[in-house]
Amino acid sequence: MTTIDLDATKFEAEKLFQRKRLIGFGFPAVIAVYFVYIFFAFDLPGLAGRANMENAVTLASDSWSHKVHVTRDNRSGEITYAVEGERKGRYPEGQRPDWVRGDEVITIDLGGDIIVRYLPDNRTEIEIPGFQPIEAQAEGRTVTTNLPDDLPDWISASNRRVGITTAEGRITLTGARTEVFNYFPGWELFWFTLDSPYYGQSLAKILFGDQIDPARGNITGAVSDWWNNAMWRHKDVAWAIGETILMAFLGTMGAAIIALPLGFLAAKRFSPLMLVRAATRRLFDFVRGVDALIWTVVLARAFGPGPLTGALAILITDTGTFGKIFSEALENVDQKQIEGVASTGAKPLQRYRFGVIPQIVPVLLAQILYFLESNTRSATIIGAITGGGIGLMLTQAIQTQKDWEEVAYYIVLIIAMVMFMDWFSGWLRGKLIGRKD
Amino acid sequence: MVDISLSGAQHHVDSIQASCMAQVQRRRLYGGLTLLIFVVLMVSGFNVADDRNAGGFWDGLHQIGDYPADVLSEAWEKRADLPALIAKYFPALVETINIAAVSTLIGAIGGLFLSLLGTRGLAKWPRLIPLFRRISDIMRAVPEIVIALVLIFVLGGGPVPAMIAIAIHTAGALAKMFSEVSENTDLKAVEGLASTGATWSQRMLLGVLPQVAPNYVSYTLLRFEINIRASAILGFVGAGGLGYELRNAMAWGPGRFDEAAAIFILLFGTIIFFDQVSSRYRNRLTEGQGQ
Repeated sequence: MTTIDLDATKFEAEKLFQRKRLIGFGFPAVIAVYFVYIFFAFDLPGLAGRANMENAVTLASDSWSHKVHVTRDNRSGEITYAVEGERKGRYPEGQRPDWVRGDEVITIDLGGDIIVRYLPDNRTEIEIPGFQPIEAQAEGRTVTTNLPDDLPDWISASNRRVGITTAEGRITLTGARTEVFNYFPGWELFWFTLDSPYYGQSLAKILFGDQIDPARGNITGAVSDWWNNAMWRHKDVAWAIGETILMAFLGTMGAAIIALPLGFLAAKRFSPLMLVRAATRRLFDFVRGVDALIWTVVLARAFGPGPLTGALAILITDTGTFGKIFSEALENVDQKQIEGVASTGAKPLQRYRFGVIPQIVPVLLAQILYFLESNTRSATIIGAITGGGIGLMLTQAIQTQKDWEEVAYYIVLIIAMVMFMDWFSGWLRGKLIGRKD
Repeated sequence: MVDISLSGAQHHVDSIQASCMAQVQRRRLYGGLTLLIFVVLMVSGFNVADDRNAGGFWDGLHQIGDYPADVLSEAWEKRADLPALIAKYFPALVETINIAAVSTLIGAIGGLFLSLLGTRGLAKWPRLIPLFRRISDIMRAVPEIVIALVLIFVLGGGPVPAMIAIAIHTAGALAKMFSEVSENTDLKAVEGLASTGATWSQRMLLGVLPQVAPNYVSYTLLRFEINIRASAILGFVGAGGLGYELRNAMAWGPGRFDEAAAIFILLFGTIIFFDQVSSRYRNRLTEGQGQ
């Protein structure tokens, strides 16, 4: 009898093992098959063809460096010096970088013994170590050079455009313009633009040195020039971050305020009418299901782009989420405390205030603060769609496809902002309801 | 003697009552002040947001219904075409769901490793715990759109940038939730396995994962719900799927509202469907665990 029993048990155990083994291998196998399907559905083999590695290199190098353009307009012969080639970064009249010399013949020293000379009559001479001297003549729409037919891969040349890329900088020649780009590490003009008298001054000199601008005190002048920096737009960036946080704050708190009474309506304990309960719950499901994206689209039609639209989109979506969470918390309240309050002769409203609210406040606050942090991230994304806050600035900077240092700056700021909100909501939670452990 | 002790007690009760009242008053004052600050913040915040918005709140309030009404009425007029349009956009929906599913899977695998490597008692290299925690903090803090936009620039539009972006954020977010669970694991099983000479991966696979799997799967399902929404939103900035189609359909404006309506319906239905399915499974998974 014992043998039979054991056999049966062994059989059972082996079957169980087999099933476990099947799950153990089957589950990863299903995932692997799914990945294979995705590999082809997302056309990953074709990705290599579509990916633009040149973009990646520009992005990586531009995000931590800047370039100074020396441009000769071949029609007027005028030479301009500008950081990133922008009007805002142009050197004032009569000033130029110290690696440019000469008057009739402009000599540009890119470093590494690479010398570019702008000669009169739109001629250009380029000296590159280990390569023949290059001479170019711009005429009308064409560029004539003495380049050989057999070119290294860092030179591209046609009769319309010549591009030379070296480790020290780039040179492009077209009929209309001759340009030299000299690369330097760092974010140029981050503190002051070139037209500010404080440009190039050391911190110590601004703080303790003589007055630089006769009209203004050093510190107020420096702060105001930095704040109104046209290149990096610190003022706008600060406003944008403020807008993003404001969207998250207004949306989260507004949703909580609206969801709390509705939560009572949806909780079985406090809302005896089935119909009301079901209607409220369906409302929560509906606003949650429509999702912030569609709300943003719909609201942007009514209110136009801006932070208010984003805040309302967050508010409406989160009313559904909060309503669901709150009503669940309300169903789990302890009846004893309510009875205790009722035994003192408290009226219904007082029973809610002193019997119910104290029980659910910790849950509510924890959720609200968690959502505050998470909505800061959502607000960045919604801002990119609806046109407000730092999300919009980021999208714009990426779309112009040249200010990668600004993109890097915004990304750093966004991450710092989210981490700050994370820390802040954790801190506030600790203050209000005590640490979790 | 009795009198003295009684009056002393009387005095005692008085002072207790007085200090209690003082405490209540102070709490009321603090509570009132907090409420006041909160109300001021809300009102002024609303005004600032209203000022910086293109259209005002009060002007726009009665227009909220206009756009949905336009879309719905046009969709109703062309309701015969609706099934065809839904079929037309179904592949885009599948792409959106695929983006969410793949990124959730990759994110869950990444989050699993990050959480195991960042939990005290389980980490393979205990000295590197802070490093892995910081990594997951940063991955969690990066909004999906940042990575998606940069990757769209490099890789071109399509589902892959969205997938990578969501996967990175998911890995960070899940790593935090996972490590909250794995901090509470029973280490005895791990020690027992260690005593048999099991390697780190064997200890994790056989000692930790069976304990935490229900919670992990539950969190992953929750994340999947969130990621469906995220992948729809990222589509709107050019990352493929339903969001991308929605933006195109909206750009057409009136006359093509039936397409927008079809996409709205698909998106709404999908979100509701996966919410329901995942919440049912999550309830089943965490059942009987005191939650």
